Amino acid sequence: MSAARTYLLHLAVIAALFVVQFALPAYHYGNVTRIMLYAVFAIGYNILLGYTGLLSFGHALFFAAGAYGAGLTVHWWDFGPIAALGAGLCAALLVSLVTGAIVYRTTGVAFLIVTLMLAQAAFLSTLYFNAITLGDQGIVLSLPPVELLGASLRLADPAVKYNTALIAFALALLLSLWLLRSPFGRVLIAIRENEARTRLLGYNTARYRFAALVISGTLSGLSGALYCILFGYVGSSFASLQYSTLPLLWTLLGGSGVTLGPPLGTAITHYLIDISSGLTSSYMIIVGIALVAITLWFPQGLAGWFRRRRAVS
Amino acid sequence: MTLLQTRNLTRRFGGIRAVNDVSFALERGEIRGVIGPNGAGKTTLVGMICGRVLPSAGTVSFDGTDITRMQPWDRVAQGIVYTFQITSVFKRLTCRANVALAAQRRLTRKLRDRFALSPAMLEAAVDEALAAVGLGAEAERIAGELPYGHQRLLEIAMGLALKPALLILDEPTQGLAPGDIAPFCDLIRATAKSTTILFIEHNLKVVLELADKVTVMDQGAILAEGTPAEIERHPAVQQAYLGD
Repeated sequence: MSAARTYLLHLAVIAALFVVQFALPAYHYGNVTRIMLYAVFAIGYNILLGYTGLLSFGHALFFAAGAYGAGLTVHWWDFGPIAALGAGLCAALLVSLVTGAIVYRTTGVAFLIVTLMLAQAAFLSTLYFNAITLGDQGIVLSLPPVELLGASLRLADPAVKYNTALIAFALALLLSLWLLRSPFGRVLIAIRENEARTRLLGYNTARYRFAALVISGTLSGLSGALYCILFGYVGSSFASLQYSTLPLLWTLLGGSGVTLGPPLGTAITHYLIDISSGLTSSYMIIVGIALVAITLWFPQGLAGWFRRRRAVS
Repeated sequence: MTLLQTRNLTRRFGGIRAVNDVSFALERGEIRGVIGPNGAGKTTLVGMICGRVLPSAGTVSFDGTDITRMQPWDRVAQGIVYTFQITSVFKRLTCRANVALAAQRRLTRKLRDRFALSPAMLEAAVDEALAAVGLGAEAERIAGELPYGHQRLLEIAMGLALKPALLILDEPTQGLAPGDIAPFCDLIRATAKSTTILFIEHNLKVVLELADKVTVMDQGAILAEGTPAEIERHPAVQQAYLGD
């Protein structure tokens, strides 16, 4: 597909999400808001898994860094929403840089284990330092409205939540698309395909992997910070293993090789959990079976499958 | 003028000296062939030149700079380009994407360029390299679907797109159909007008025809060095390598 058509397709998705807000019933309105926020997380995750070929099992670390960066500054220092977002992003960037400096020499299974270990250490720290973080009980925030261009935007207003999430989603999606098509993104793909060869084409691949991790971690942190600010809560569960497995699930379901794959996977997973948890309390069994089925019959994910069908027909 | 100089270069693997005390010089602009039986240390020697293998002792200097400990990617920036013995193109990417990776390395010296390189400039560089090896018509094909001989040519195109000062080819004609060898030799001769070439080769006919000078290696050391005519006549070479 040509560059112009690819950008048009992505812009059309963003435009469609803007338009449907006027037709969605309240229940789905909230769901789509969450899906778009989580999709930012998925897009960030995919820069590492889909582009660079690095499987992280510890992305909760970055999501939580963003969420706690925002939540703690509001709770302890009375930051406003915008300043809290900035603090969350800075925290995620900082944690990404430190994590990157530790793990950038590793690939494959070693990378998976080290990221898992760091994320678990962070999770346990949020419990251990419960005097600051309030542990698994978490922090409930009450934020003042945002004054913007003379308008007063209340964060509890569903439309404010929806459109903030949409802006973040649009930025993350277009950023990832642009990155993928830039010379930098081409090197990340080359690393995924054949790292030894890439090195002998003159690329310091470890440095590229480091940069990919920092971008991925910061985007994941943006998702966490916004989630905390818009829904007014942060707790230890944000740093738990579940938040490391979810982005993996979203990405595999949707398709890691396609920019729209992770958002699609996020939406499907969200509704799958939503519907199956209405039927049974052991709803993760249904989610698990769906994942097994997808990897068996759609190894490139659903978006990958759609693209392949289009290419054939 | 000397482009590359190794001094007392040694590499041990356990108790084996794969390369033992090799001092070797390469003149700018020449085509140098390296021959020798399997295990003679040819690939280890060029591995130390391009940085894939670090020496146990000795030094390598390139264009007057000591590069003994330099990282392989920095050596590429200095102009040393290596193409693999076993074809190692990016099989799932198109030929254009393969060559673009090499071309953009040369074109993106500044950080800014890594995110916004002029597509027209990149495309021109890719087309030039593909045309040079005769793959201009295959640009949009997936590299892994090309016949093996064409994958080797693609590998050379990736080397050319880096505009190397020294192009190292490890057994370039291995696996080529007999009919592809003559055009390949023409390509190397044309490339040599702007580049110094160092190639390892088992096909003696190709070496004697193509090289300005030949280095014969055996058991990690240089056994003989000279023009193709001298090498053909050299008694030690006839005994150790050419045999009967």
